[in-house]
Amino acid sequence: MTESWRPTATIETLRERARLLASVRRFFAARDVLEVETPVLGQGGSTDVHLVSLATMARTDRGQRRLWLQTSPEFHMKRLLAAGSGPIFQLAKSFRDGEVGARHNVEFTMLEWYRPGFALADLIDETATLVAKLLPHFHGPVVHYRYRQLFHTHLAVDPFTTSLEALRRLAAERGQMPNGAIANEGRDTCLDLLMGLVIEPQLGRNELSVVGDYPASQAALARRHQDTDGEWVASRFELYLNGIELANGYDELTDASEQRARFIEDNAERRRLGLPEVDVDERLLAALDHGMPDGAGVALGIDRLVQLALGKARLEDVLSFSTPNC
Amino acid sequence: MANYSTNEFKGGLKVMLDGDPCSIIENELVKPGKGQAFNRVKLRNLMTGRVGERTFKSGDSLEGADVMELEMEYLYNDSEMWYFMKTDGSFEQYAVEKKALGETEKWLKEQVPYTVTLWNDNAIQVSAPNFIELEVVETDPGLKGDTAQGGSKPATLSSGAVVRVPLFINEGEVLKIDTRSGEYVSRA
Repeated sequence: MTESWRPTATIETLRERARLLASVRRFFAARDVLEVETPVLGQGGSTDVHLVSLATMARTDRGQRRLWLQTSPEFHMKRLLAAGSGPIFQLAKSFRDGEVGARHNVEFTMLEWYRPGFALADLIDETATLVAKLLPHFHGPVVHYRYRQLFHTHLAVDPFTTSLEALRRLAAERGQMPNGAIANEGRDTCLDLLMGLVIEPQLGRNELSVVGDYPASQAALARRHQDTDGEWVASRFELYLNGIELANGYDELTDASEQRARFIEDNAERRRLGLPEVDVDERLLAALDHGMPDGAGVALGIDRLVQLALGKARLEDVLSFSTPNC
Repeated sequence: MANYSTNEFKGGLKVMLDGDPCSIIENELVKPGKGQAFNRVKLRNLMTGRVGERTFKSGDSLEGADVMELEMEYLYNDSEMWYFMKTDGSFEQYAVEKKALGETEKWLKEQVPYTVTLWNDNAIQVSAPNFIELEVVETDPGLKGDTAQGGSKPATLSSGAVVRVPLFINEGEVLKIDTRSGEYVSRA
């Protein structure tokens, strides 16, 4: 028998994990943020071109239906916000097919919270405070970077104005891509490669790095605004520690028609790439149409934070059973 | 050969890259926050032995390489080709070029089983067993009594390899050698 029945985390690690999750709950309880539970299954899924959703068939009172395993609890939580929940948080099981590695697991736990009335800067402060609380041995400063500035510093190119040809050449060279592998790729793919491969490993060294002002094309469910250089950028941030992306926060898009347009554009891109389309979440759009309060929200990979807090090499070291061992 | 997608890249998988067969050593997912996922793949080029890292867009695929590793006994050479025979009872023989032998040439001994890597049925690599027993054909005379500590001297072995051995070793003795480090282990 080579098939192991044993957990991928030690029992001692699971005790530590439980202690950290308890302190997350205390953190939010002290701030009057309500813990909620929303469904893992949804009638709509994430249209995000870079996420692969899992779906299952279920018999409901409306007959046999395809339901989507949620890639994050975002849509259901926004429906709660629109219904007047006030600030909410959740430790939610989330699913992203194909994501397996030292920092990825198909099924993982997302700590997601929403703060009606918060500006992005307020939420960054709160996120940094929570991270510091969970990592008592970490005393580094919080350092802010703009996406553009990082490309200037680490690669001496401008992500907004450098020609696509030059970006492709740089990505192929820095990534040691096989011949022609990136010849037909767009700007965002080149930028993603350079960000993931070259810049991210340099972030969060003895500091909490907060990256903001992402290209507008990478806004996902965040608002857009014009930055101090007049470029349209996404109103979102990402938080890094030890080269690991921990959290992703948005000044939340609340405009239903803009949101619908982005979903439709995602599915159009999916068709172009030969990817399956994902059912648009009409109930989220109806909730936005009804009115969701302005505010900020953030998703934090709690498994990764536990991994960092306990100094473990791989995500599976802090999961009772990783997907390959489930 | 079948095509393999990045999510099927596992240690030991043999794929074709830029015309050469390669063996995958490691495969790690790289995914910036919200965006395209990539796979950072470490592979060994089986023709050159060189290890390198390459990046693939997740979902891209490579053609599989028809590579097999077989156990074969070394038979003899005619100084142009080196001949090996399968140990599966088929008596099937393969001729191996000097280039494919590489470092292993100095660890060759008749009737010892080696691992021969075949690509499209041609031998491209031969690896020696980790330990091999070889006779000393030439070394300075042994020093009596010096069995415990200190000092070493070169000894030429029957395969042609020269290794450092303790001073007490004599010509005609059979030694156990670690072929990975090229170091003397013990008397056989």
